[in-house]
Amino acid sequence: MTTLQRDQDLSVPRDDGKVRTSRKTWGSLPTGPRRALLLLALVAIWQAYVSISGVNPLLISSPWDVAKALVEGFVEGRLLDATLITLRILLLSMLIGMVIAAVMTTLATWTRIGEDILVLLTSILNPLPSIAILPLAILWFGLNTTALTVVIANAVIWPIAINVSMGFRTVNPTLLAVGRNIGLSGWRLVRDVLVPAALPHTISGLKTGWAFGWRTIIAAELVFGVAGGKGGLGFFINDARYFLRTPEIFAGLVTIALIGIALDLVFSYVEKKTVVKWGMKSGT
Amino acid sequence: MKSQTISKETVDELARDHKPLLSVEHAQIGYVVNGKAHVAVGDASFEVYPGEKIMLLGPSGCGKSTLLKAVAGFIEPFAGNIKLATRDTLVPGPDRAVVFQEFDQLFPWKSVRDNIIYPQRMIGRDKDEAGRRADEYLTLMHLEPAADRYPHQLSGGMKQRVAIARALAMDPAILLMDEPFGALDAQTRSRLQQELNEVAERTGVTILFVTHSIQEAVYVGHRVVVLNNPPSTVVEVVDVRDVHDPADEGFSEAMVHLRSLLSAGDETLSDAAFE
Ligand SMILES: Nc1ncnc2c1ncn2[C@@H]1O[C@H](COP(=O)(O)OP(=O)(O)O)[C@@H](O)[C@H]1O
Ligand SMILES: [Mg+2]
Repeated sequence: MTTLQRDQDLSVPRDDGKVRTSRKTWGSLPTGPRRALLLLALVAIWQAYVSISGVNPLLISSPWDVAKALVEGFVEGRLLDATLITLRILLLSMLIGMVIAAVMTTLATWTRIGEDILVLLTSILNPLPSIAILPLAILWFGLNTTALTVVIANAVIWPIAINVSMGFRTVNPTLLAVGRNIGLSGWRLVRDVLVPAALPHTISGLKTGWAFGWRTIIAAELVFGVAGGKGGLGFFINDARYFLRTPEIFAGLVTIALIGIALDLVFSYVEKKTVVKWGMKSGT
Repeated sequence: MKSQTISKETVDELARDHKPLLSVEHAQIGYVVNGKAHVAVGDASFEVYPGEKIMLLGPSGCGKSTLLKAVAGFIEPFAGNIKLATRDTLVPGPDRAVVFQEFDQLFPWKSVRDNIIYPQRMIGRDKDEAGRRADEYLTLMHLEPAADRYPHQLSGGMKQRVAIARALAMDPAILLMDEPFGALDAQTRSRLQQELNEVAERTGVTILFVTHSIQEAVYVGHRVVVLNNPPSTVVEVVDVRDVHDPADEGFSEAMVHLRSLLSAGDETLSDAAFE
């Protein structure tokens, strides 16, 4: 899970009585400004390198050109369209993956055979980089969205199923006893005790699932792009390479990184508002 | 299996007729491990009358928790009978609210107040009534300042107070407590023993309380059911109703008597095993 942060206040209730030396140090700045400053420095070094070294702009674009390509891509629409296509396929595949994972977890939680099947399948399929089944998916379904969806769904099912079923199996037995003691059984026990108790595992499973899905869809689209398919961000980058529109390659990469960060932030926010607030997981 | 719960009226009726609320009759209780029966409680019989505080005292591992779990309906006796008023097949239910030893018995995702409200809603009380009751028991257990906190923000003693408040708010026919103060430091522990005595006095609730502390048994209990080593039987039921003050001579006499009962069956047992 997560490790405790150096500055974390372990005594609760919290109030800001932290003992600090009066000298301002790097570590005493809040996280936000610290990261912003580093990012700024990085961009400045990048810009300086491109301006001073006279590197071929077909190989490395300056941050300024990348920013222009990014804005243009979204305003004029090609980058925006590509992003939307990728996100739509991702969303669809995630939904399919989540439903399958939910069914498998339910079977694994309630029946012995279901658990055995889940363990077997996860131990075979989880270590396999999901992109590796793309050729097979193309062979079966052709160069189309279906093949992409299958590959991505496969990428997300396993981390979600493993985590959620682990969450259900490790629910604190005392809480279950309390639930039964106050008269809960069946569906109500699942909904009001098991599901919230397993939430830390569920969220981290979803977080990993989305991260896997995001990496896999970009990889799969790049392969598609090479193979002549049309569509999303991977294709956009590959197309830009073909026509030597280097700033667009960088703009595509920046978009991918930003969406990845945004996904992570969404899950961190959900965690902060739930399991961290409830003390079921330490904050990061 | 649908179980009807025992109401307050039934308890009052039993009190009027001097009838026991809970009778344990030759109960043999244990676990099936790898197909083999492992008996923890060999043959236990005792009765609990309305308004009593009955202590189950015995060495660690003698089956006190097992017996309590059977009363709560979590496990079924191999033989014998456990009767609550007129019912004798017990399934878990809120008329036998349990307070466990573990601090993690509160729902971490609910605030203190909601932890107390939620079980009441499950037994069919409306929102306002449940909220009103929650506030009442928050006050009774000195928990008002913590009402909106989450369990992880509480000390061990506070958590056990919440667990007691939550159990009492359900208006149980009998309150089952399994070493609820066992994991607390000595000071908090005696504070809570005292508070429990006060609350029991105020509410008149019937309590079945598991402990391995002789001092606790005498201080909290009306009667002490002493169990021996497994497969355990009831050695003696000791009346300590009239001793309250640890400074009294009667208090230490009762403790000496209980200690002799506990070490009678076991020569190797040192007094250090009991407080
Ligand atoms: N779930 C279980 N399965 C099998 N044996 C158990 C279980 N719980 C307790 N026991 C055994 O039953 C005996 C009595 O346990 P318990 O009732 O917890 O003792 P006490 O509460 O008096 O310390 C012990 O020997 C213990 O090992
Ligand atoms: Mg025990």
